[in-house]
Amino acid sequence: MTSKTLDQISKDLAAGTYSSREITQDTIADIKTRDPIYNSFISLSEDLALAQATAADVRIKAGTADILTGVPFAHKDLFCTQGHVTTAASKMLANFVPPYESTVGQRLLTAGAVCVGKTNMDEFAMGSSNENSFFGAVKNPWDLTAVPGGSSGGSAAAVAAGLVPAATGTDTGGSIRQPASFCNLTGIKPTYGRVSRFGIIAYASSLDQAGPMCQSAQDAAMMLNVMAGFDDQDSTSVNQETPDYTADLNLPLTGLKVGLPKEFFGAGLNPQVAQCIMAAVKEIEALGAQIIDISLPNLELSIPAYYVIAPSEASSNLSRFDGVRYGYRCDQPTDLMDFYCRTRAQGFGTEVKRRIMVGTYALSEGYYDAYYVKAQRIRRMIKDDFARALSQVDVIMGPVAPSPAFDLGSNTKDPVAMYLEDIYTLSANMAGIPAMSTPAGFVNGRPVGLHIMGNYFAEAKLLNIAHQYQQVTDWHLQKPPSTGLAASNQEKGA
Amino acid sequence: MTWEIVIGLEIHVQLATKTKLFSGAKIGFGAAPNTQTTLVDLGMPGALPVFNEAALRMAVTFGTAIDAQVCKHSVFARKNYFYPDSPKGYQTSQMDHPIVGLGHLDIQLEDGTTKRIGVTRAHLEEDAGKSLHEDYDGMTGIDLNRSSTPLLEIVSEPDMRSAKEAVAYMRKMHAIVTTIGISDGNMAQGSMRCDANVSLRPKGQEKLGTRTELKNINSFKFIERAINIEVERQIDILEDGGKIVQETRLYDADKNETRPMRSKEEANDYRYFPCPDLLPIEIDDAYIEAIRQSLPELPDQRSARFVSTLGLSEYGAAVLSSSRHLADYFEAVVDVCDDAKLSANWVMGEVAKYMNQNNIEIEQCPVSAARLGQLICRIKDDTINGKGAKTVFEGLWNQTGEVDEIIASSGLKQVNDVFAIDLMVDEVIANNPKQVAQYLEAQEDKRGKMLGFFMGQVMKASKGSANPGQVNGLLAKKLNALC
Repeated sequence: MTSKTLDQISKDLAAGTYSSREITQDTIADIKTRDPIYNSFISLSEDLALAQATAADVRIKAGTADILTGVPFAHKDLFCTQGHVTTAASKMLANFVPPYESTVGQRLLTAGAVCVGKTNMDEFAMGSSNENSFFGAVKNPWDLTAVPGGSSGGSAAAVAAGLVPAATGTDTGGSIRQPASFCNLTGIKPTYGRVSRFGIIAYASSLDQAGPMCQSAQDAAMMLNVMAGFDDQDSTSVNQETPDYTADLNLPLTGLKVGLPKEFFGAGLNPQVAQCIMAAVKEIEALGAQIIDISLPNLELSIPAYYVIAPSEASSNLSRFDGVRYGYRCDQPTDLMDFYCRTRAQGFGTEVKRRIMVGTYALSEGYYDAYYVKAQRIRRMIKDDFARALSQVDVIMGPVAPSPAFDLGSNTKDPVAMYLEDIYTLSANMAGIPAMSTPAGFVNGRPVGLHIMGNYFAEAKLLNIAHQYQQVTDWHLQKPPSTGLAASNQEKGA
Repeated sequence: MTWEIVIGLEIHVQLATKTKLFSGAKIGFGAAPNTQTTLVDLGMPGALPVFNEAALRMAVTFGTAIDAQVCKHSVFARKNYFYPDSPKGYQTSQMDHPIVGLGHLDIQLEDGTTKRIGVTRAHLEEDAGKSLHEDYDGMTGIDLNRSSTPLLEIVSEPDMRSAKEAVAYMRKMHAIVTTIGISDGNMAQGSMRCDANVSLRPKGQEKLGTRTELKNINSFKFIERAINIEVERQIDILEDGGKIVQETRLYDADKNETRPMRSKEEANDYRYFPCPDLLPIEIDDAYIEAIRQSLPELPDQRSARFVSTLGLSEYGAAVLSSSRHLADYFEAVVDVCDDAKLSANWVMGEVAKYMNQNNIEIEQCPVSAARLGQLICRIKDDTINGKGAKTVFEGLWNQTGEVDEIIASSGLKQVNDVFAIDLMVDEVIANNPKQVAQYLEAQEDKRGKMLGFFMGQVMKASKGSANPGQVNGLLAKKLNALC
């Protein structure tokens, strides 16, 4: 049952094959049994989930169910869940129970989806390996010695391991796409403003965007249908109608213009990953697309610009974690300054403190123009690069990351090496365009994702391409060996 | 040495919106701590601000009222600092792109001349919460009801040259913001408060001296006192050959002194940057013009009308239009009694005197405009004379009854009965033979003055209620007849 897609579970529930309560109970039991291997969950919300499942079963019986009614899923622990602890994988919020639900969470609850728990992540979404968690690192189900990617590594590992059919993620610089790539999933970062940020703990407000992480483009479209939409509680939410993302999945790709930016295939790219990507591009071409060489000349500048803008915003966004109203508070402060210093020194992890320091420095008097203002200028250049490219082509393709999942612990001593992991993903956040990852092969048993980027609000087009590609390939159907599901798949195939 | 005083004011006006600047929480004074808050005002994780358009309209209304540049593009910025009553760790304000740019305000000086004070800018920002240091056994309580209430910060040029000018500027601002209805202007509740930047320079020198900033002054009286005491302090230092330290100081009204605020609180690099949670505000000419067209009569226009159609002096008109509530009160009195000059005399005379004595503003005046109007009617229809009216006014102030009740109960009704007055006049002449003899012996031109004695005696006999005009006429006639 755990290898079932969202789509299959939805159909099974409608057919009465099993109840929401049954699959929810099974899912929770399965997580309890198997997740100690992966550490993909921070907490389970068993009581809330069973209540939601019971309500879902009533709806299903009454014939008022939506597509996702009764379907279990997990939230990245950055989404505030009413009445259930929400930690951002930080000691700072280890005891924080929000009295409110994020807009995305509320939309999923309203649709009847059942949240079984909260997944592990890099603390405050800062990281590319899920090693920066107060609750410990997450292991990649495809190779337990590898990282699952980050920052939505727990969501990625949980779905890849078949613990839940889908999970939410957030993507500030690649945090949905890179773990999706590392764990053989379909993950999409929508257009900035497409999905409400309300109730999602902010990392870098101008870059953060939530999206689904699933086993197929079909499932991602079903999830996005519920997650996306205007929210008057988020001023950066765009008031534009949300299409049915499943409607265009089967459109043919004839005449599609695909741009391949030469900067995505430079020296830093692992040659075997390049081979996987070029093979995938060939498949897309065979489906009727036209491949065009393009250039995004300022791509390399996205790393330094991102690592000024994101920490700057983070340094301000994380100021509210001061121990005054909620969260961690140091013992026996001697005065206000001591209270702040020790609360924040003890409550935040190393990477979070590093980014707060970097951002504080970049915004300081005398440095602001040299760092923040210049970074914003680069951001505009990157945006212009994409505008120019997307006037020539419909979508842009390339790798999600320079290499497959790296070994646990291999990059932890060198933050700059870790930052270079984000080279291909950052620019979509800088420009605000939608981008996704879809499974495209393996290198030494570790998955490789194909990166598809499109114009503003072209999510339906991206999902259509991914779905068409998934109709002619079976990468996304492969199951990790650690789950024991791979063998059973082969048996079925035989 | 002769010193020139240079003053600039930063006025914080709390805008009279129903809800907060960035949340739907209601705004009200005196509610129980932390009851008027939402997730946004509490700085909860993931909570996001949503801009209240009513505050924008008010800021634009202000901009058009002082004929300032209204900016079509303005941007909210974060001012980062840690303090327990700053729940997000930053204040959302405007820095490089304020909503209102250069403007000006004319103030009337005591010598009757007008002076133009430059307004540098006005920007929207959110207020902080309050730290409550008493009542919590050595701990500090935090009340976030005020957190995120909308403020308009109005920054002046350093154009004022005395504490009195600063007060006149503040009063004029008060009149404008209350007239255009963007604030209740209640200074006691903190709806309008100011910081004063004060410096000195030798008369004739162009370069500005080092300034100090006096924080959070919340009454007209304190502005004058705080500036004057700070000027004295600075003069003492400079004349002793010392230097002024640029710093933020607090005015302590109880001790009537200024003292430096703890330096820790001001040693901040605020790290301003555009708030990524809020979009820039974009407005067009049509939006601004529609607001300009809907402006009510402004204090200067009202003052001009008081002169042209009500016949008041320039001075009287300026005083009466100096506050919206005062002008409203005055006009309401005129509506009842239909006598602008008498109304003006009473409002600027007895009413002002009692308000000063009791240290209150016109909004708290216990004598309603309607009652004062009735009282003036009774003067005009000769029911009472001016002196009696003052006694009645005292009764109205102490709320002992209605105008006609007080007149009746206190026997102040003016005696207009010719026969009664005639009798009293005869009696006074008969009882004062010595003074009558002196009167008769006196030169013609001295007699007028001597008549005052007899007037006084008759008024005394009538307990002040005799019609003074009639008494005067009869006395002169009867005494002159004895010659």
